[in-house]
Amino acid sequence: MSETQTTYNYKVVRQFAVMTVIWAIVGMLVGVVIAAQLVWPELNLAPWLSYGRLRPLHTNAVIFAFGGCALFATSYYAVQRTSHARIFCDWLAAFTFWGWQLVILLAALSLPLGFTTGKEYAELEWPIDILITLVWVAYAVVFFGTIAKRKVPHIYVANWFFGAMIIAVALLHLGNSAEIPVFAEGWLTPRSFSAYAGVQDAMIQWWYGHNAVGFFLTAGFLGIMYYFVPKQAGRPVYSYRLSVVHFWALIFTYMWAGPHHLHYTALPDWTQSIGMLFSLILLAPSWGGMINGIMTLSGAWHKLRDDPILKFLITSLSFYGMSTFEGPMMSIKSVNALSHYTDWTVGHVHSGALGWVAMVSVGALYYLLPRLFGRQQMYSVKLITVHFWVATIGIVLYVASMWIAGVMQGLMWRASNSDGTLAYTFAESVKATYPYWTVRLVGGTLFLVGMLIMAYNMFKTIAVGRAEDAPVLIPAAQHA
Amino acid sequence: MSDFTSEFWNFYVAGIVLIAIIGCAVFLWSQGGATYTIGKTTGHAWDETLEEYNNPLPKWWSWLFYITVVFSLGYLVYFPGLGKFPGIGGWTSHNQLEAEKQVAPNFEKYLSEDIPALAANSAALDSGKRLFQTYCIQCHATDGKGNNTKGFPNLTDNDWLYGGEPTQVEESIREGRNGVMTAHDYLETTVGAGTITDLANYVRSFTQSDFDRASANRGRTAYARDDVDCKTCHGVDLKGSLAQGEDYRALGAPNLTDDVWLYGSSQKTVEETITKGRVNQMPTWGKFLGEDKVHLLAAYVYSLSHK
Repeated sequence: MSETQTTYNYKVVRQFAVMTVIWAIVGMLVGVVIAAQLVWPELNLAPWLSYGRLRPLHTNAVIFAFGGCALFATSYYAVQRTSHARIFCDWLAAFTFWGWQLVILLAALSLPLGFTTGKEYAELEWPIDILITLVWVAYAVVFFGTIAKRKVPHIYVANWFFGAMIIAVALLHLGNSAEIPVFAEGWLTPRSFSAYAGVQDAMIQWWYGHNAVGFFLTAGFLGIMYYFVPKQAGRPVYSYRLSVVHFWALIFTYMWAGPHHLHYTALPDWTQSIGMLFSLILLAPSWGGMINGIMTLSGAWHKLRDDPILKFLITSLSFYGMSTFEGPMMSIKSVNALSHYTDWTVGHVHSGALGWVAMVSVGALYYLLPRLFGRQQMYSVKLITVHFWVATIGIVLYVASMWIAGVMQGLMWRASNSDGTLAYTFAESVKATYPYWTVRLVGGTLFLVGMLIMAYNMFKTIAVGRAEDAPVLIPAAQHA
Repeated sequence: MSDFTSEFWNFYVAGIVLIAIIGCAVFLWSQGGATYTIGKTTGHAWDETLEEYNNPLPKWWSWLFYITVVFSLGYLVYFPGLGKFPGIGGWTSHNQLEAEKQVAPNFEKYLSEDIPALAANSAALDSGKRLFQTYCIQCHATDGKGNNTKGFPNLTDNDWLYGGEPTQVEESIREGRNGVMTAHDYLETTVGAGTITDLANYVRSFTQSDFDRASANRGRTAYARDDVDCKTCHGVDLKGSLAQGEDYRALGAPNLTDDVWLYGSSQKTVEETITKGRVNQMPTWGKFLGEDKVHLLAAYVYSLSHK
């Protein structure tokens, strides 16, 4: 065994972990800007600073820059530690880091300049799509290569979820980004047309869109949960069988749920029905992860009192449970008739994105950062607690205001007079939403402030710490 | 899905859906019978401390799972979802649309009344106003006054581009309008540098106080030249196409001698209008709204300037 093979590769984990915090701040700042633009439209100062261009920048930055870096950091850490092996192919792992940062940089330039395919969450133009493909294939090689090198017979549950996420995201990206390049405006202004047309294009887009949520933001982050919750709680996972059943049921049923984004559209009736039903069936498989996470703490509930990292992790599971209950309910056609196109959807997404994805990532990072920089704990544990409360209050303000606003909009849009005309103009519903958009802006700002507290804590930890790679552990003897 | 005309696809879709849904329940049932050792781990261990209890599936969770499966199968009996099987409930989105049309607003009773009469009928005007608030305010604003810098005409001032007769207003709504002012930047070369400034001063001299008189005088001379085509649309007297008679009405060229402006009255804006031209469009509403709503909207718009 060569010298480097005796330690885990923490360098790439450190790089991704630090960038997770940086991109979270950038992405959430753009979110706060567009939230402010809804309250004060005058803030659309220039075409490249307008809502229409910044909104995809916000979603791409938080999902793929923040969420993506969180997944890379945690999966590279967990897969090495649970395989008892150094990462497969150091240089390829380094390529995934620099390649992914380049993707993010190109997104941050091209979206404000107006380059877009017009497909939600897949706005990036084809040259960037190709780069994403290269990085993702490299990620798969590094991840599964490390699994193949493992020194233990069984593959740990967290790795099932990371692995499923990597494979599914590859499928989704290749399927939905199939497009025909156009050079009519020259080589420096790449444009493209989707390979699909009409309702089939819409179906492929939402097959992608919903599974971006299902695999990137759910399966991947369940992988994080399955490593960091038992680690931080110091307890075994509640039920091995539950993890098996909900894993296979989750990845199977998620693939069918996309049509619920296209209720009451040109999509055939039978497709809409199936999309709704599989979204309902998805409820139990989704909740399996929540149960397994929260029940892992049974017998150790007292740890929640003074461990702010566990607070983050368990709160994230609560929000996960709420959003995965809310999602199936919103997919019911008669509920969707009220909720679709309103701010309820925005509230639902952020209950998942802030409450689940961001909270579980933040908890995992607070666990990771000291270990990556040779410390026992973060520079300030107290600041973790402060971060927790600021973030939680922020989420509650955000989600509650959007729920009220969404239901109000849905009711206003459908209200009619005795002569059959609409009771409210669209503009009146916009006007009525202003107070809620203001509360949402406050909530989002609080969440951003929490991330700034985290960045301060992180840089202080790095300043007093030292980049250190831990030695590869010999697997414990199996006991029955 | 005209790409899939073979009967095979019907069974393909229905079969896969059924297998997938029932398969979920079968899978759950098959896993429920595993051997459990409650409170003991599986014996696997990773990374020093990671272990898993061999606990059974929570019963309430399994029941939740089964209930969603049973509900789904019942739904597919009643609603369309299994290939071409329409479901015993007979529901389709087309049926629902037809049913909604039965209770949709219908103003055919007003079609027989002429517009000036409707403009005095308060019940008709109430409905017309609500339609206006739904379909028209995006451009013409809630008060109907439009926007005099963005090209959206004021509908309350009894100043008309395409005619203010009741039938003409109705025609504007039903058929839509295209108002195109072509770019005249070439006048700077064909007539001479400064021509556009002169023309703008001339046009503004009728109603504005801050114009350059010398320049306006040169503008009047330029306007009269044979190779300057402003008068083709706006007329020799600058009173616009409506003043030139029915043959010119569809052009919609504004009267340049009154103080009504679509894009603003400043020297800079008028120069920009002449240099770059303007394209204005009122969409066609007849097919979208239907004769009855167009008729009622025409009455409401007419009432705005005939109180």
